[in-house]
Amino acid sequence: MSTQGKLRVIGKARRRVDGRAKVTGLTRFADDIVLPRMLHCRLLRSPHPHAEILEIITGKAEKLPGVHLILTGKDFPVTFGIMPVAQDEYPLANGRVRYVGDPIAAVIAKDEQTATEALDLIEVKFKQLKTISNPEEALQNPEPRIHDYGDQGNIHRIQSYEFGDVDEALAKSDHVFDDLFFYEGNTHLPIEQHASVAAPDGEGKLTLWSSTQVPHYIHRALARALQMPASHIRVIACPNGGGFGGKCDLHNHEIVVSRAALKLGRPVKICLNREEVFYMHRGRHPVLMRMRTGVTKDGKLTGMHLQTLLDGGGYGSYGPASTFYTGVLQTVTYELPRYKFDACRAFTNKPPCGPKRGHGTPQPRFGQEVQLDKIAEKLKLDPAELRLNIVAKPDTLTANWLKIGTIGLAECIRQATARSDWKKKFRKMGPGRGIGIACSSYLSGAGLPIYWNKMPHSGVQLLADRSGQVTVFCGATEIGQGSDDVLAAMVAEVLGMDPYDIRCVTGDTALTPVDLGSYSSRVTVMMGNAAIQAAEKLKAQIAEAAGEQLEVIPSRLSFSDGRVFVTENSNKSLSFKEAVEFAEVKFGTLGAVGSYTPPRAPGRYKGAGVGPSPAYSYSACVVEVEVDQATGWIAVPKIWIAHDIGRTVNPVLARGQVEGSVYMGLAEALMEEQVFRRLPPKMSHALVHKIPSLLEYKSPTSLDMPEIDTILIEDPDPNCPFGAKEAGQGPLLPVMPAVANAIFDAVGVRIDELPITPDKVLKALELKAAGKNPRVGPERFPLVPYPKSIFVLPPWEGGDGKESKRDDAVAVV
Amino acid sequence: MMRLPWFDYRAPRTVAEAAKILAGEGPGAMLIAGGTDLLPNMKRRHQTPKVLVSLRGIPSLKSFSNGSGVAFGSGLTLTEVIRNEKTPTALYQAAAQVATVHLRNSGTLGGNLCLDTRCTYYNQNHEWRKAIDFCLKKDGDICWVATASKRCVAVSSTDTAPALIALNAKVILEGVPGQREIPVENLYRNDGIDYLSRKPDEILTQISIPGGWESTYWKLRRRGAFDFPILGVAIALQFSSEKIIQEARVALGAAASRPFLLEKASEFLKGKKLSDDVIAETSTLIASRAKPLDNTDMDLYWRKEVADDFAGYALRELRGDDMRATRLRIARFAV
Repeated sequence: MSTQGKLRVIGKARRRVDGRAKVTGLTRFADDIVLPRMLHCRLLRSPHPHAEILEIITGKAEKLPGVHLILTGKDFPVTFGIMPVAQDEYPLANGRVRYVGDPIAAVIAKDEQTATEALDLIEVKFKQLKTISNPEEALQNPEPRIHDYGDQGNIHRIQSYEFGDVDEALAKSDHVFDDLFFYEGNTHLPIEQHASVAAPDGEGKLTLWSSTQVPHYIHRALARALQMPASHIRVIACPNGGGFGGKCDLHNHEIVVSRAALKLGRPVKICLNREEVFYMHRGRHPVLMRMRTGVTKDGKLTGMHLQTLLDGGGYGSYGPASTFYTGVLQTVTYELPRYKFDACRAFTNKPPCGPKRGHGTPQPRFGQEVQLDKIAEKLKLDPAELRLNIVAKPDTLTANWLKIGTIGLAECIRQATARSDWKKKFRKMGPGRGIGIACSSYLSGAGLPIYWNKMPHSGVQLLADRSGQVTVFCGATEIGQGSDDVLAAMVAEVLGMDPYDIRCVTGDTALTPVDLGSYSSRVTVMMGNAAIQAAEKLKAQIAEAAGEQLEVIPSRLSFSDGRVFVTENSNKSLSFKEAVEFAEVKFGTLGAVGSYTPPRAPGRYKGAGVGPSPAYSYSACVVEVEVDQATGWIAVPKIWIAHDIGRTVNPVLARGQVEGSVYMGLAEALMEEQVFRRLPPKMSHALVHKIPSLLEYKSPTSLDMPEIDTILIEDPDPNCPFGAKEAGQGPLLPVMPAVANAIFDAVGVRIDELPITPDKVLKALELKAAGKNPRVGPERFPLVPYPKSIFVLPPWEGGDGKESKRDDAVAVV
Repeated sequence: MMRLPWFDYRAPRTVAEAAKILAGEGPGAMLIAGGTDLLPNMKRRHQTPKVLVSLRGIPSLKSFSNGSGVAFGSGLTLTEVIRNEKTPTALYQAAAQVATVHLRNSGTLGGNLCLDTRCTYYNQNHEWRKAIDFCLKKDGDICWVATASKRCVAVSSTDTAPALIALNAKVILEGVPGQREIPVENLYRNDGIDYLSRKPDEILTQISIPGGWESTYWKLRRRGAFDFPILGVAIALQFSSEKIIQEARVALGAAASRPFLLEKASEFLKGKKLSDDVIAETSTLIASRAKPLDNTDMDLYWRKEVADDFAGYALRELRGDDMRATRLRIARFAV
């Protein structure tokens, strides 16, 4: 894409285009919307983890003054789900509840208080069912089934892929490392609680304002859920007060308020309270992992067999994709000749898990990076050197047929180690102090949409007129990450404008071209490419008209600082506004569109659609820790992180994304856990979220944050707009394993599970003192009935990207 | 969002007037000062008082006097206590580590002393508690922390109380019949439900602290802000000119349903110098009285194991060791 010439906007540190509204409180979030005659909705949620609903008695609640409507499961006969293969939810329970918090009934009343009072008047009769609290129980108890679909019993998805003969590779290795890891689940914790307002327009059409990252997907799914034509529905994504993947599903409350608004002919609002956000969840899956990795004596990887077991919670959500993501990106960071990946996602009676920042990849990334540290220790190699020697090569294919373009990982490792004085510190900091390193890679946008189609992933439309204004329309969603700023910057750069003079209209399915949404770190690359294309088209029109006026051919014109001028003679110029006027005379009303579709991925086997991306970002992170040997107390004084961003669009925002990732990563490393409590089974069926509150679900405060040294590595990627890759998710990934590795450097103990808490460190220190294996982590991996693998030959073994017979390999090996 | 239940609001101008309203309304009335504990609890339906009697409009509760010791009005905010240069060290360190800046600006010293006991089975909203069929402390029959227990074991979570007990402070309770002054340790009962010896119509009006103590407070919690203590060690000592301990008072917080004075450990310190051995022995004595249960943050066995370390930090600091680096690592800021 267009990257020629000196850049005037891209790469400059700027206040974000929507920054003033954010800090002065003028940004209008979904809960800020107040409409005339608006009513309020509250949901009655299940107190039981698994039960049949025998009867719902709403008479008393209906009679409460101020109550307008009560809805139950019978008002919602159609299932929904964000993925076409997991249509397993009802907006309100249809005869069965699957976790504490599953919605059963809705009250729409004159205010929240009245609606809440009415909830207490609804009587529900239940028949309790056996409860499944974790994947092992799900494997042991195929009955009762939580869902009547799925691969078997209480297994939602189970699959196996093998890229080259891994057993053979491991057998030929100098060493095989066999490790178990566990990554506890955690939630997104956006500060904005989900809110939605639905309003009918008088013609039977519906508008939904919502805290959503994916208005286009919501638009499609809502049409199905309401059995209404999508053309009669308008979804507006309000700016989100944080998303992190938690606002990527169609949510039950969005359907409920839509139905209620249509029934009542009045606007209806809901805003979840914090407990309800914990129940909505769709967060990080708890994952148990077994990782067998072969290495040569000089530290080259020969093959890896990864097995994962995911705790999916009560519904599908993005689970089928999450299941793939616990394995598919293991091949993108380091050279890995052969790879086998088994995955299983179980249903349990807990809030459904889904995509959280890094979607499925932080768990195996944690395992791999800690295992590499163990490999380096055993082979007596410096873990940074070991990684430098195996960094994947640019412009290559991986064993599972992913196409790597640019890769700045080696430079990330060099910079992070140089800035942290790695060589002087590693194994030399003295007792209780240590340093650790880890690396990672991530998608800059998923190569395929969540529903199969060949249409663009992002569209941008531009309007310019005689006032000199430029408005850019795009379905992309501002969730705090700065997508509006990227959009304005791209257009401003091409048209030579000030980004603050560009108006962004985004995330509105009635006004903006389709963009698939703010997920998978796709916005900068996909929206950016579409925006450049649209802006270049508009620029060509303006240049043609301006060229006539200035009597030069359009290619001799430059656009900069709000002017159009002859490149060799800047005195011959027009203001941008004048140039637009001439273009409007010449062409009539001005407008241009651009769109973007990712390149086709080389993999041809079933399942090859998860993992491809136009570009992969890379990060290297060094963490310093202090560990008190008497208490296990952990302090993190400093973190260095280098991120291969391709090109920085706005350094202020890019650094913010990286620092935010470090914050979230450190939280997952040391504190956050979405854990559940069972009471003594003889006395109670309860299975409740242990700590559904901002106070007791521990996430670091600003006082707990270390100093962060952020290093942006620029190596422009030709697939990306001005070369810019993602920065919003990748930098989270190396933080957790770097913390674990630093703790080993400090006190010589391995904590192979997250979060790493002082009690685990102290326990491992006590094991160490007793001469036992100084490790805390999972002890066993259950028997999981993984199927026979889909076998695919790696590119270098004569494969063609399709599934092949295992024997095909014999000839080349 | 969670909404408050309906209530009547009364705003008396004097303590006598407030006491009269309390006596007249009976058990349906509750006092409110800063409201930082009560209002969230009301949203979760822990307390649903028909009448709230506000203490904010009573000027006498904002008093401060400085003589042989110091006396704080119960209505002073924690921020006001922290900013007062005469505030004894342990109280300063305790108050400075309560919650957050915003909450300290509103929450009062009297309110922190009367803080409701806490438990992870109790500090949840109404719907959550319904899902466990409630608990002994509120609306239920069983203590889920210790199912055989007849007594509620919710944890006293006030930071300032152990500090004030160590400092040998007293509180004044005023009711319609008159007022009484009691030592801070006598304000508490070891019962998670009926945790105060304050009568329902009494108002805690003043906290007086004698002078002459060297004191310290060490708080264990996961983060550098927000969190309630999961262990609080407060120690106040009086030394002779030869650094021999003349008087000692050791108190623990967040280790039972009440903050309490550790007589044995206090007695043990008297007449001794703070040698490494004395510190180790005292720390063991102190830790033996910490009996954490699984009803707050962090692993209970770990909390038990580190109690002697925290006691050691406190004693070493009083000996004059430079504990600033340890403080910074534990508290996450310079206390």
